[in-house]
Amino acid sequence: MANDRIIGKPVPRKEGREKVTGQAQYVDDMVLPNMLHGATVRSQVPRGKIKKITFGPGIAWDEFVIVSAKDIPGANCIALIVDDQPCLASEFVNHPEEPILLLAHPDRHVLPKAVAAVSIEYESLPAIFTIEESEQRSEIIWGADNTFKTYLVEKGNVDQVWDQAAFIVEGEYRTGAQEQLYIENNGIIAVSDPAQGITVWGSLQCPYYVHKALMKLCDLLEDKVRVVQMETGGAFGGKEEYPSMIAGHAALLAMKSGRPVKIVYDRMEDMVATTKRHPSRTRHRTALSKDGKILGGEIDFAIDGGAYATLSSVVLSRGTIHAGGPYYWPSIRIRARAVATNAPPHGAFRGFGAPQCLFAMERHMDRIAQTIGVSPVEIRRRNFLKTGQTTTTDQTVHELIDLDKLLDRALELSDYSLKRKRFAAQYETSTQKKGMGIAAFLHGAGFTGSGERYLNSLVAVEGCADGTVRVLVSSTEFGQGTKTVLSQIVAETLGLRYEDVTVAQPDTVEVPNSGPTVASRTVMVVGKIVQSAAQGIKQTLQAAGLLGDPYSAEEFSAACRNYVAAHGPFRSLARYEAPAGVFWDDAKYRGEAYAAFAWAVYIAEVSVDLNTYRVTVDNFVALQEVGKVLHPILAEGQITGGVAQAIGMALYEKVIWQNGRMMNGQLTNYIMPTSADLPPIRVFFEELGNVHGAFGAKGIGELPMDGPAPAIVNAVVDALGIPFSSIPLLAEDVFEALTAQASLPGEPQPIGGTR
Amino acid sequence: MTQSPAKKDDGKCELSLDVNGERKMVRVYPMQRLLDVLRHEFNLTGTKEGCGEGECGSCSVLIDGELVNSCLVPVLQAKGAAILTIEGLAAHEPARRLQQAFLECGGAQCGICTPGMILAAVHLLDKQAQPTLEDIREGLSGNLCRCTGYMQIFEAVLEAARRGTSA
Repeated sequence: MANDRIIGKPVPRKEGREKVTGQAQYVDDMVLPNMLHGATVRSQVPRGKIKKITFGPGIAWDEFVIVSAKDIPGANCIALIVDDQPCLASEFVNHPEEPILLLAHPDRHVLPKAVAAVSIEYESLPAIFTIEESEQRSEIIWGADNTFKTYLVEKGNVDQVWDQAAFIVEGEYRTGAQEQLYIENNGIIAVSDPAQGITVWGSLQCPYYVHKALMKLCDLLEDKVRVVQMETGGAFGGKEEYPSMIAGHAALLAMKSGRPVKIVYDRMEDMVATTKRHPSRTRHRTALSKDGKILGGEIDFAIDGGAYATLSSVVLSRGTIHAGGPYYWPSIRIRARAVATNAPPHGAFRGFGAPQCLFAMERHMDRIAQTIGVSPVEIRRRNFLKTGQTTTTDQTVHELIDLDKLLDRALELSDYSLKRKRFAAQYETSTQKKGMGIAAFLHGAGFTGSGERYLNSLVAVEGCADGTVRVLVSSTEFGQGTKTVLSQIVAETLGLRYEDVTVAQPDTVEVPNSGPTVASRTVMVVGKIVQSAAQGIKQTLQAAGLLGDPYSAEEFSAACRNYVAAHGPFRSLARYEAPAGVFWDDAKYRGEAYAAFAWAVYIAEVSVDLNTYRVTVDNFVALQEVGKVLHPILAEGQITGGVAQAIGMALYEKVIWQNGRMMNGQLTNYIMPTSADLPPIRVFFEELGNVHGAFGAKGIGELPMDGPAPAIVNAVVDALGIPFSSIPLLAEDVFEALTAQASLPGEPQPIGGTR
Repeated sequence: MTQSPAKKDDGKCELSLDVNGERKMVRVYPMQRLLDVLRHEFNLTGTKEGCGEGECGSCSVLIDGELVNSCLVPVLQAKGAAILTIEGLAAHEPARRLQQAFLECGGAQCGICTPGMILAAVHLLDKQAQPTLEDIREGLSGNLCRCTGYMQIFEAVLEAARRGTSA
């Protein structure tokens, strides 16, 4: 066996060289002979009946390939969970920017003018745009009651706690839509061949989601649809479900024209037409004992799903399960619902419902602390979940967790107490009001409940002619380091050099369905299956008498070469195996929600400039327990990147809506943090020796999206004493709040350091 | 994509461009974006389009040593100037140090902003061989990265600068 361990080492990223030299091939870099460019004609109204479509003058329409819903060979839907979303609207539109017609032309420069020359008359229908309007049901726009999904979680008897409570604390918290803002816009190339069917190449996370959607849309058998993932320039959930739509469009144009078709969105189309993070509203009502222990509570969690069901039920599920945070609730009732509005469907975005409800939970903890007169530190200590206790879904926590220890270390790393005292002392004299804020949270890794059992993921590892080993999975690389970490796992498992392992380009003709690349599941869930498939390669070589035990990496490669020379390339397949004793009740939403949780305490230090009202994050400590860190640099990069996105969510990124349409779909007016805007993001890992996925790793990718927003807003509240409860929190919001406060009698009092 | 055979009055003009040290002739519309000419006429696809309005820096190239967004430059303006793209950095020592440091420090994740980011860093190190962290934060602020949170990019640039002096 190789002596150098590969797990835990910062090996170079597999596809890194191509990326830093500009050689990596993204979908827009690919050009096929005779290729057309496709564009989408979209609805200009939020809701209406299509009356008439006119192709205006001044355009050589005979040069264009035009596709409408009538050209769809199969079902006019994007197959996902509930097949309610049309691929092309035919009679009714239900949100602005809904696709209606497709155009293709050899010269992409003529397309914008042609799209603009199509005029569509609508019979307008009343539309609704907020969670409240949807709940009022004055207009029913989806199903019987505008509701995509509801969940009810009940633990203990919460109705009994109110009488015993020394304090009852209520709060309402809101989060806005957020754009994923991968720097590579969405894009797909499709080729249609009467014999071979449809092939698409694209920027996407989930090849088999696209595969399933194209089969249904084009009425093709499994082997007549091929999906290939190109290098993907960021995704963050934003390329989980929407690529199925674009692939459908490109495929329809390719089928009709008989030529390759490329559809690549420009930034504005990508921003206004594709998915965003679900806006949310969370209401808390919490009963506490006189010493600040939670007795029970009610949480009402509502998300705006937009016009079609898409993934809202799953986003809602994760939000529901995370709504109680990392605390022990003797009793709780969580009511959750995803409702319809006439906006483009909201979708997957890193965190997937958890950032929304955890913002509420962690702001609410500070509100509780303030109400009952203990510190934000103390209120959390008194209520932290401990090993052996049960979560809100009655899942007994078996893993070692020590949130007190995480909190202690985070307080020390951030110099919390001293700084808070200093800031309070400077409060009167400075125009820079400073504050410190804490968020403690958790994130479940992998699909929820029975999800992984339904996915039933399959992976393959192949022994190759040159003595190397190749991993075949549909799990995609889009920045996180999928190829690198899966190679580490195989190299470590088989005692090979990192260079002896490669990962196949995800291509549904070649790779088995290892499930979607979502839910922080790749390392923990898929990595574990890959590990067991790798063992099969070794067993084959040993059973053939070609490999002894122990062996060197060179001996393994020689054995592999010899085996392939004699028998041809060989594969070892492995399938997901559910951990023993896991129980989940989908109807009651009770049981083991996740095989493992990652745990974290984040602390933000902010200053608010009373001249510009701008909030700046000055320092940020991110401490987490994610099991074994397989690659320190990639892991740290996941955290810094997630924290930066979440700082954007908290302080910068505001979608301006008008009648269901995003009005600021440009990088000039939708502002994400630049390198000059961010604080030092200091990342720390605590390893407690939990054993879950491959080599003890748990999920990591989404976790850092959950904590920063509440930590930052808690810090702003600490600095100003104004109980902000929604994000994004922009300078104008701070200005308004401070102006309103100044007009009231009495001086504003800082919360920080007064007790 | 192949263009239809150019007619004399199609509005296009013949231009000579100096790209990565090579003189290249091209028939283009004078107001065509340099970004498109690089990508479509010369197949230099390392230069990426992110926003098309000069905000994200993915299409950064160096023109006569200055960092510019090639999506905002009409190709006519680049006539006679020396254009350097990511593909032209193979023999450029400071760039190679940067690329190596990006690899080692985690400066590239999804890779889409990386070519532009490397060019911005080349430009920065050309002006300041030993930049401070503040210089780097400021110098790269025209190049958006959604993956890294920038921290490992800063480390990569600092590391490349250190190696530059010891080289």
